[in-house]
Amino acid sequence: MSALLELRGVGRSFGALKAVDGVDLDIESGARHALIGPNGAGKSTLFRLISGEMAVTSGTVTLSGDEVTKLSQVRRARRGLAQTMQHSSLFLTQTAAQNVALAAQRHRGSARWLLPRRQRDVDDRVTDLLDAVGLSERAQVPVSSLSHGERRQLEIAVALACEPRLLLMDEPAAGMSLAESGRLTELVLALPRDITVIIVEHDLDVVFALAERVTVLHLGQVLLTGSPDEVRGSAAVQEAYLGSSTRGELFAPAASTPHSPQGRPKANVSTQGRPESSLGDAS
Amino acid sequence: MSVEPAPSAVDAPSAAATGTGAPSGSTRRRLPLTGLTALAVLILLAAVPLFVAPFQTSMLARMLIFALLAVSLDLLVGVTGLPSLGHAAYFGVGAYTAGLVAKYWTAAAPVPLLAAVGVAAFAATATGWLAVRSHGVFFLMLTLAIGELIQQLAESWSGVTGGDNGLSGIPAVEVAGQPLTLVGYVYWYVLVFAVLGFAMIWAVSRSPFGAALRGIRDNEPRMRSLGYSPFRYKLAGFVIAGAVAGLAGGLLASQQFALVTPADLGFTTSALALLAVAVGGAGSLWGPAIGAALVVLIRDVYGPDLDGHGTLVLGAVFIVAVYLLRNGIAGLATTRFRRRGPPPSDAAPPPDPTQGATGAPVSGGFRQNRQDGRQAGESSQRLDSDDPSSDPPNPGVKRS
Repeated sequence: MSALLELRGVGRSFGALKAVDGVDLDIESGARHALIGPNGAGKSTLFRLISGEMAVTSGTVTLSGDEVTKLSQVRRARRGLAQTMQHSSLFLTQTAAQNVALAAQRHRGSARWLLPRRQRDVDDRVTDLLDAVGLSERAQVPVSSLSHGERRQLEIAVALACEPRLLLMDEPAAGMSLAESGRLTELVLALPRDITVIIVEHDLDVVFALAERVTVLHLGQVLLTGSPDEVRGSAAVQEAYLGSSTRGELFAPAASTPHSPQGRPKANVSTQGRPESSLGDAS
Repeated sequence: MSVEPAPSAVDAPSAAATGTGAPSGSTRRRLPLTGLTALAVLILLAAVPLFVAPFQTSMLARMLIFALLAVSLDLLVGVTGLPSLGHAAYFGVGAYTAGLVAKYWTAAAPVPLLAAVGVAAFAATATGWLAVRSHGVFFLMLTLAIGELIQQLAESWSGVTGGDNGLSGIPAVEVAGQPLTLVGYVYWYVLVFAVLGFAMIWAVSRSPFGAALRGIRDNEPRMRSLGYSPFRYKLAGFVIAGAVAGLAGGLLASQQFALVTPADLGFTTSALALLAVAVGGAGSLWGPAIGAALVVLIRDVYGPDLDGHGTLVLGAVFIVAVYLLRNGIAGLATTRFRRRGPPPSDAAPPPDPTQGATGAPVSGGFRQNRQDGRQAGESSQRLDSDDPSSDPPNPGVKRS
């Protein structure tokens, strides 16, 4: 198996802070790979480095054998790298169908065509994709009127319209209800194997349902890459997660119930109004 | 007789309007009568010289020319989201080019116009290459600077442009070897090319390319991730808009006793065009055409009666438009057509930013369409719902 995406010593620093530090990663073609890690582990930064939204300060990125380190986000997108954004990032004044068409026409139709024209294959593709993500009823609704969950589904349709070889999904289940994230899981599982998927997700249920390989990032470095079971059983991973939790509490002494998962969102809320919460955020 | 031009004047640019078909926000459905309305207005416009006095006819021609300038600016402002304060520069470049070509080379029909379009497109390419790299206020300032520079050039290069006195003595345009000296013929000449120009902008805005421009207006970073290079698309849009503005300039120079002055490419003209776009409704194309007619009407027709206080009235119109008509005249019309019920004044207050189901899409170039940061109920099933970096717009989601 050849690696579709290879990262070698990829790093990005912001001043003295190394957000991502010497990451080596191979993503096999057709893989379902998840990136997880506690807060500030550098997941989102690594994502931007892969997509080209942000330039690396060290290392190389190789996409199906070609080095793309110096290529812009636009060029990488043209080479089959699509992404869904952490925060729904769509064209709000336009309908769901127009959003997908905008992506589809770039990769299938003629986006540079200066005269009005009916793009039949683009239209067909839009219908198929909206069908696939379960939005066919909502095709003519402006995005601004879609619900949060529907927007996330639309994000996926837009990304798929780019005909990606590599699909980057940044927290696709964020803010979804249980039913919605279940639907999302099905959707991703149903993707053809010629699309490789990398997913950053906080919802570990989604991660373990989708991913065949999981990479755990911690403080900008790869802590572990392995099967979901290996990751679940790893003491180092436990420590990374719990360590960050206890450290958060160092800065917010009022917070209680250190290890209860229910307790942490509460602790978060309690720090919101406090001046020291900025310290907590800095972690 | 003298009463007549006013109403038909307002109708005039709505030819453009109807030509432009459904507004660019494009969630609106096309009015079934659009094509017929276009035809009717076109016929009406074409018939004008047969019924209207020469002075009013040439005033109408001026409106058409200014409307074409406003519509070309709308391609930038409303469709691409690039509010330019120097768009008259290309208008002026076209006017000077056409004037000079007619004066020193040939006045045979399309030649001065083609030269105007070509040179304006070239000027737009050269300056746009720099300008479209910037965003927001910087773009505004840069286009303003470019406009001022070109105006300076027109003023100081007096050997060619006639300096402050302007370029005069431009011969009448010739069709098939015959100079067009009658106002009615000149008007038809202007009408034909203005309609062509409107059609061009309309076609571009409805094309796949136009959809890409609207995508850039709405969300430029996302366009990049879809594989579009915003720079190229914006530059192409800028050049097309500049070329059509040049066409409008060329038409200005083809009028009888035409005089092209540095004021035609200065800040005031740019600002008036922008005003026309704002009052008419950015993004709709036909709205700015009506806005342009209104501007010319107030400034040139009623202005002299108001002791030169026409600009004051324009200012008042602008304020009223901004406060009462968030989407300009076009917004008024579409609201009225789409939901029969409420009178236009009901539609006037700013739409709720959270946008109701049928809320008219906000397509103003002035209001940058912001990404919707509000995301309903984030962070339900997360391991790390206290991740501060992952969802900045939503720090206050409280779950207990």
